[in-house]
Amino acid sequence: MNTLILQTTSRFLFTLLLLLSIFLLLRGHNEPGGGFIGALVAVGAYALYALAHGLSAARQLLPLPPLRLVGLGLLIALLSGLVGLLNQQPFMTGVWFKVLGLKLGTPVIFDIGVYLTVFGALLSAIFALEESAKEVR
Amino acid sequence: MEVLLSFLVGGLFAVGVYLMLRPHLIQFLIGFLVVGNAANLLIFTAGRLGSQFPPLVPPGGELLEPIANPLPQALILTAIVIGFGLAAFGIVLFFRAQQELGTLNGEAMPEQFETAPLPSLVDEPQTPQERVPA
Amino acid sequence: MSVILPLLVPLTTAILCLVVPYRTAQRYLSLAGALALLAAGLYLLTQLEDGIQVMQMGNWPAPFGITFVADHLSALLVLVTGVVAVAVTLYALEENDAPRERQGYHALVHFLLVGVNGAFLTGDIFNLYVWFEVLLISSFVLMVLGAERAQLSGGVKYFAVSLLSSILFLSAVGLLYGATGALNLADLATRVEALAPGLRSALAMLFLVAFGLKAAVFPFFFWLPASYPAPPVTISALFAGLLTKVGVYALIRVFTLLFTYETAFTHQVILWVAGLTLLVGALLALAQGELRRILSFQLVSHIGYMLMGLGLLSPLALTGSVFYALNHMLVISALFLVAGLIQRLGGSGVLVRLGGLYRQQPWLAVWFLLPAFSLAGLPPFSGFWAKFTLAAAGLEAGQYGIVAVALLVGLLTLLSMGIVFAEAFWKEPPKASANLEARGWAAQALPIALLALLALGLGLWAEPLLRLSQKAALELLEPSGYIQAVLGVSR
Repeated sequence: MNTLILQTTSRFLFTLLLLLSIFLLLRGHNEPGGGFIGALVAVGAYALYALAHGLSAARQLLPLPPLRLVGLGLLIALLSGLVGLLNQQPFMTGVWFKVLGLKLGTPVIFDIGVYLTVFGALLSAIFALEESAKEVR
Repeated sequence: MEVLLSFLVGGLFAVGVYLMLRPHLIQFLIGFLVVGNAANLLIFTAGRLGSQFPPLVPPGGELLEPIANPLPQALILTAIVIGFGLAAFGIVLFFRAQQELGTLNGEAMPEQFETAPLPSLVDEPQTPQERVPA
Repeated sequence: MSVILPLLVPLTTAILCLVVPYRTAQRYLSLAGALALLAAGLYLLTQLEDGIQVMQMGNWPAPFGITFVADHLSALLVLVTGVVAVAVTLYALEENDAPRERQGYHALVHFLLVGVNGAFLTGDIFNLYVWFEVLLISSFVLMVLGAERAQLSGGVKYFAVSLLSSILFLSAVGLLYGATGALNLADLATRVEALAPGLRSALAMLFLVAFGLKAAVFPFFFWLPASYPAPPVTISALFAGLLTKVGVYALIRVFTLLFTYETAFTHQVILWVAGLTLLVGALLALAQGELRRILSFQLVSHIGYMLMGLGLLSPLALTGSVFYALNHMLVISALFLVAGLIQRLGGSGVLVRLGGLYRQQPWLAVWFLLPAFSLAGLPPFSGFWAKFTLAAAGLEAGQYGIVAVALLVGLLTLLSMGIVFAEAFWKEPPKASANLEARGWAAQALPIALLALLALGLGLWAEPLLRLSQKAALELLEPSGYIQAVLGVSR
């Protein structure tokens, strides 16, 4: 898979896909989109990069090990649910507030948690599969 | 339209169940995917097919058309994600099982790894081949 | 708030175990989480004094959002889940299985507990499916964690059967939704009455098969003895105590809340299933030569007792079922943990290779016999009262056949436990089997003693739990309270 064309284009595509994934994540606020599909696109970006440049290169582009990202994402999602609980309302009740004129709320935070969880979980699965595939080869 | 889809669901179930009954694990997994799709279609059909307009209201707008039932879509989305996760886990599990046990035939996988004859019928010494667990 | 706490506590624990990278910290977190879960269970039970507790997730009103409900059945099961979790965690900490702990053992156990408690507390049938999947996926990974050959072989079977039952459950939910247009259990309860009897019975049978696969009842039990003996003993003890009970809980919930119309057919089928499960499981247990396989078949067999109460469907019978389920969770976990100790101290789990343990470890014999007697239903143990209640209910209903089977299976269980005692503890050791570990096992006996003495205590002082079980049974038989609590209107 180490063709020059793939290696060169994957660098551009990697950035582009990550931007698209963040766009999808934020678009999910009001329109179709959201953390889940955003994360899928981001995983696609990393998988492409790993194909072109190797696993270790893709791993170096990660801020944290994938499974840690899962934990972090779940933690964020959990905390976003707890906010409602603090307001004497049931778990997961949405709380809305304004930051710099932007209407933000706990659903967005929850979505970011979903994004990180899905991203970490899928990426660790893909990395594990690619590693064991290398062993077989 | 519901009747047509019902037949499709039935056909998919038949194909999937047949594949799931095969001893080969990859056939089983494909069967699971087919049956999973059949179940999702079943939920979709159970939610009634009416309108094809998405259940989205534009900002400030009002509902003009009768919209499609959004609940089955939410259920199916959940079921698809779960099925996807299960299938991914299954592929890895079967892969490891094939590496360790040397077969992808579910029926050829032994149930007991320690030979365990019935008590008090056997007197001769046992071969010490047991695997002491960690 | 109190309803969601038994879910949030293990979820938080699991997430923290994922985020914190130090193994020692994870171990303490895991124990603290299990203890906190126990406390949450107790708190929930005390809250029930004010009636059935309901929480609408995200403040969406009842038939539209996801509801969490705790009646006495759910709360009691959650409480005993906490007890089992504490005992198993204590044992696991002493077992100190470093490789598995590094692979996320503690996080997975708590995710499993999230799934179990979620299934007990949810008031929505599709949500029940989701919680089933949560606990299944955690249990799949726990089953094969470490990837030994036996684990993989058992894991493949467990995985395959679980997939099948999940799909059946999902299809049944889809059909039920198509027929009634509802998913909330309380909402469904008000709507199934209008269905055609044939359709209702067909749906009931679909749910019976789907949940029966999870509860490992006759004829769907074959996967359990093939997989439960494979993983390390802490994991099998946890599975044995909790997972099949989730299936039983789902059966009890569905067949007391939704399908209570064609009882002459549906509950008669359940009664037959119960009797055959009891008999076949007990007979097969006698034919096994390995400790954990014997216990697995006993586990299958005793699920029959819980179904027997459901099939009889009287206040006394359901009281017996609930009491039996709670007692069985404690006892079977204790027995699996003892099996682990026997395996370690005797060097094998195969009966012919064991022997003479009584002379070497008399206390181990005590910790084996206490739960074993309770399992067989000897007085004054808790199992006795459960069986006594069920038998009395059976006689009351004039179902003499099932009562005879139940009593016979009690004897067969005693016989099976007697064989284990005679083989592992009493007979001469087979040969030079002196490769005993020097490591002390007192710390691992502690959780077993906790469970065993709890079973004894519940036998000597059965009144409080029996009364709580009775409350649970009455709530189940009079679902209007449940419906009112969830929907705010009476049927």
